[in-house]
Amino acid sequence: MPSDGVKTLLRLAGVQVAYGAIEAVKGVDLELFAGEMVCLIGANGAGKTTTLNAIAGTLPLSGGSISYHEEDLARLPAHKRLRRGIALVPEGRGIFTRLTVEENLRMGAYIRKDADGVAADMARVFDMLPRIHERLHQVAGTLSGGEQQMLAIGRALLSRPRLLLLDEPSMGLAPLVVEKIFEVVQSVRQEGVSILLVEQNANLALEFAQRGYVMESGRIMLSGSGRELLANPAVRAAYLGEAS
Amino acid sequence: METLLQQILNGLVVGSVYALVALGYTMVYGILGLINFAHGEVLMIGALSALTTISSLIGVAPDLPPLLLLAAGLLVAIPTCMTVAFLMERLAYRRLRGAPRLAPLITAIGVSFLLQTLAMIVWGRNYHTFPQLISTTPLQPIDGVFISPVQISIILVSALLMFALVTLVNRTRLGRAMRATAENHRVASLMGVDVNRIIALTFVLGAALAAVAGVMFASNYGIAHYAMGFMPGLKAFTAAVLGGIGNLAGAMLGGIVLGLVEAVGAGYIEDFTFGFLNSSYQDIFAFVILGAVLIFRPTGLLGERVSDRA
Repeated sequence: MPSDGVKTLLRLAGVQVAYGAIEAVKGVDLELFAGEMVCLIGANGAGKTTTLNAIAGTLPLSGGSISYHEEDLARLPAHKRLRRGIALVPEGRGIFTRLTVEENLRMGAYIRKDADGVAADMARVFDMLPRIHERLHQVAGTLSGGEQQMLAIGRALLSRPRLLLLDEPSMGLAPLVVEKIFEVVQSVRQEGVSILLVEQNANLALEFAQRGYVMESGRIMLSGSGRELLANPAVRAAYLGEAS
Repeated sequence: METLLQQILNGLVVGSVYALVALGYTMVYGILGLINFAHGEVLMIGALSALTTISSLIGVAPDLPPLLLLAAGLLVAIPTCMTVAFLMERLAYRRLRGAPRLAPLITAIGVSFLLQTLAMIVWGRNYHTFPQLISTTPLQPIDGVFISPVQISIILVSALLMFALVTLVNRTRLGRAMRATAENHRVASLMGVDVNRIIALTFVLGAALAAVAGVMFASNYGIAHYAMGFMPGLKAFTAAVLGGIGNLAGAMLGGIVLGLVEAVGAGYIEDFTFGFLNSSYQDIFAFVILGAVLIFRPTGLLGERVSDRA
């Protein structure tokens, strides 16, 4: 648990999301403090991605509430939530495949008017992700999966988020690439950006995150520090591939 | 030889108008996957609202220079068409955004009928003479080949507008947002793009081009009436499909190619059919092309391969 005086950045209270008659998220309570990296782990179909999309505003709630900086987000559409500082790197990366790499990055900075600041942030993204810099004028659809993931993260950073939502950044990528991506995520966090990470790779997520929530069938089953969860026999059995 | 050159010139003129209208079809299709069959009606409203403006100005001040009258006509026609397109998107298409594709398509046909009927109520059923504000007296740059100042203006203005549109779409922040939205609405909204605004803007931009096309069309033929949008609308749709719907360059290419095929075809149809068909059958060409493209190359001339869409 964070020390006293640290502010709650994001609070989910009894969040429910339904696709038609099917309830994917059935009442999630979750808290994230400023500067924290929190992960949300669980099996396929547990409702992790749905939860992230609800926070980013691309899915409506059917119950409960989400507040960010003490502001209720219910009436705020996705494009305005980004202006508040909430950026989502969606599952499957969501690269604009027909735009160039540079145009993708510029879309990340769409809401910003400070050309100098954008240029500086662009340079920082290139520092972190030299591969992206090399491919600046290439059509983004021609990038490899790992490069696309890096581009998606770089693009999200260009909006200068205060809360970064990452949906399965390791999906389908080779271990070396995953390592590189988590290095980047780590350095983003060190710059003071709060991170909510959804991962199927629970080992990896719990290693990097300070706290974790375990989700199952639309509900939070367990929560605790990364270390606690890594040591929890139930978690080990269910999500870390160990026989109990 | 003169006949061929002449028909090529005629084809370029008509093709430019098709191209301008086809851009509206293709932009809306690119961003919504919707064929806005009411787009031809926007052209009609452009022509008729310009006509009303020009006639009433002539009634008040008969001595105004023709170019000023034309400018005034356009100045009314363009915002009128933009408003019509804005309203059709806001009132009819937006609420069908998530519906199965057939619903907005049928709605578009409904909007088309609605606009035609409204135009009939406002402007009556008669053919109106559209004033010849730019001379239609043919010049003869080459012996036996004729082109009028109004035709030259049509080609030049179309080229200018197409250049402006392509620059807007490819070189500006707004255009980038349009292309991003066309590819993925949800991710565009995650970038802070107000997707509803971008879609409305796409309709409005297409309508502005259609308004100008309508005034050109009416100026060229000297006639305007409530049903005049139907045929050019259908031809422009054909042009958009021919070029590869959703593709801006394709719409322009398709428009020009269709105009050329039609004009050249009309010039020779009598010879080819030994007098059985004459040039009043020129509409055949557009629809033969439409059928052929849909059967043999549904992606059109410049359409992307399906795999590019991922």
